Amino acid sequence: MNALPEPSFQGHAEKAAAFVADDERLHWHDKAVYFVRQKRDRAITFVPEWEELRSAASRIKAHSLSRLADYLEEFERNAIANKATVHWARDAEEHNRIVHGLLEARGVKLLVKSKSMLTEDCHLNPYLIARGIEVVDTDLGERIVQFRAEPPSHIVMPAIHLKKEEIGALFHEKLGTPVGLSDPTRLAEAARAHLREKFLSAQAGLTGVNFAIAETGGVVVCTNEGNADLGTALPPLHIACMGVEKIVPRAKDLGVFLRLLARSATGQAITTYTSHFHGPRPGGELHIVIVDNGRSKILARPEYRSALQCIRCAACMNTCPVYRRSGGHSYGVTVPGPIGAVLAPHIDPVKYASLPFASSLCGSCSDVCPVRIDLHQQLLTWRGELGRMKLVPLGKRLASRVGGWVLARTWAYRIFGKLARFGLPKLPKALLASRFNVWGRQRDLPPMPAKSFREVWKARKGS
Amino acid sequence: MSSRDEVLRALRAASPEPLPLPDVPTTGIQFEDLRARFAWALGEAGGRCVRVATREDLEAALLLVPEYLAARKVVSLLPGVAKANVDANRIDDPHQLHDIDYCVLPGVLGVAESGAVWITEHGAKNRAVTFLTQHLAIVLDGEALVSNLHQAYERIQIGGPGFALFLSGPSKTADIEQALVIGAHGARSCTVFLVG
Repeated sequence: MNALPEPSFQGHAEKAAAFVADDERLHWHDKAVYFVRQKRDRAITFVPEWEELRSAASRIKAHSLSRLADYLEEFERNAIANKATVHWARDAEEHNRIVHGLLEARGVKLLVKSKSMLTEDCHLNPYLIARGIEVVDTDLGERIVQFRAEPPSHIVMPAIHLKKEEIGALFHEKLGTPVGLSDPTRLAEAARAHLREKFLSAQAGLTGVNFAIAETGGVVVCTNEGNADLGTALPPLHIACMGVEKIVPRAKDLGVFLRLLARSATGQAITTYTSHFHGPRPGGELHIVIVDNGRSKILARPEYRSALQCIRCAACMNTCPVYRRSGGHSYGVTVPGPIGAVLAPHIDPVKYASLPFASSLCGSCSDVCPVRIDLHQQLLTWRGELGRMKLVPLGKRLASRVGGWVLARTWAYRIFGKLARFGLPKLPKALLASRFNVWGRQRDLPPMPAKSFREVWKARKGS
Repeated sequence: MSSRDEVLRALRAASPEPLPLPDVPTTGIQFEDLRARFAWALGEAGGRCVRVATREDLEAALLLVPEYLAARKVVSLLPGVAKANVDANRIDDPHQLHDIDYCVLPGVLGVAESGAVWITEHGAKNRAVTFLTQHLAIVLDGEALVSNLHQAYERIQIGGPGFALFLSGPSKTADIEQALVIGAHGARSCTVFLVG
């Protein structure tokens, strides 16, 4: 490991190195995350029409994306008719300014938030905290990582990378729970008491949006804890922040998406609380902030467009062998895993050039995606694009070029196959595991077969 | 140009040719015994289903629920709950409902595949009681069950100002090492009384 060449910036592999170094923890994480994938597998056995649902969801989202501006206008009209106020933000900065303006004008000192990947992406919390507003994330997992001053490592289970003993120690420090307490029930109880107090003293609540219904002007928010509901039923001000892609045309479309979402995410038939907000509650205010922040740029790219269909269930992370064995923080971006790896290069291709390579292209992500995003195809497309942008290390680019040249020529493939079978085992380990061959670092060569498949096949046909 | 117009302009410029609006599946999985399937699904969601013959039997059934027996402050939006001693409709500030122990609400419609109940009545002014109460009971007509969510969305009214939700079981979290903990922020228990 010491022979690592200094990278010009920390890519996925470099960030994952520390996580991978702790072998016991790596396998614990791998199992914990795969357990969620298995819960999803069990849940879908109860839905014989699962594959048709996925197709319907994909078509509805593709349709919505093809008429996004029309549907957003329809949504806005109906939301206003429900007495909500609608704001529009081109980017993260404008989004943060709008939210802060609303809070400042009402003298809000404490804001309770339920989970919102959008506001995480916009770095809303530090923006508000720098301006003197206390911000409390109320989802238990999010509160844990907020206490630790680190980002979530998973979009559905933000603290999946932590062990209960670590959370116990954290709660001892922050909430005064007894030393050594690590029972999840008692830790959650301590968080309940702590957060109840926050819910009861906040002057505003902020939520994300799972779905925005064009024909009714309402927004739907899904949680299991009920934190979005407590956060919006007590203070007079509710701010809901949504990306432009959250639109569905009709209320009945929710029948499709809600049957897919929780089953894909956690293996539940539906989230505990699936709340439909149409306008503010009596005497209160509802402000909906609609955010572009780069989404229109993705929409303009046909080969990547379907990534905007994502409903943030995280099934692609739970199944991804690379995510499970490298942890969410190794991606260095708000949304990790396969969907994160196809979204991040749109934000900054230089910074996130390594992410489309954090995949074995096994295709499991595409197989579990409830809205049929062609995730592994997009990862491959990005590799080509980043290579052409020269954002892939020279060695990898050259190796790919040689590989492509050989694979396109039968005669060259045969010669290289022979050379590899007879030559590779004779090469010294020092060369195979040199710094020029990262693959050799933790691996030994498999024994080479005496004959190629073609030779075996020929011999069989001849006999 | 305003941000609104700029966002809409950028989206229009980026959008492909409009695709046709697909139909939504309206059938989906069907269950013969809706009541039994609902009770099972609610159990999976951490709740419990209690069958009663008529509305008049509700009080007797409640008296078998330990959380109800132990409750001091009780809100009921249905008549005939003897212990109800707080009128949520007469409270102006929802914060005053922070110490409610037990709450009885009417449900509109139940979904057998998931154990979810559509709730629209939370007390005229204070929906907060649904989430603040320590324990929750929902009274649902056994006839008001459908097999799946497609059928549910065909039946319920959505539109116009208001708040409503599908609720399935008690509040829960698995954020600490995937261990299921019931009673995250909201109700610690959820009993659905299925009438008839």
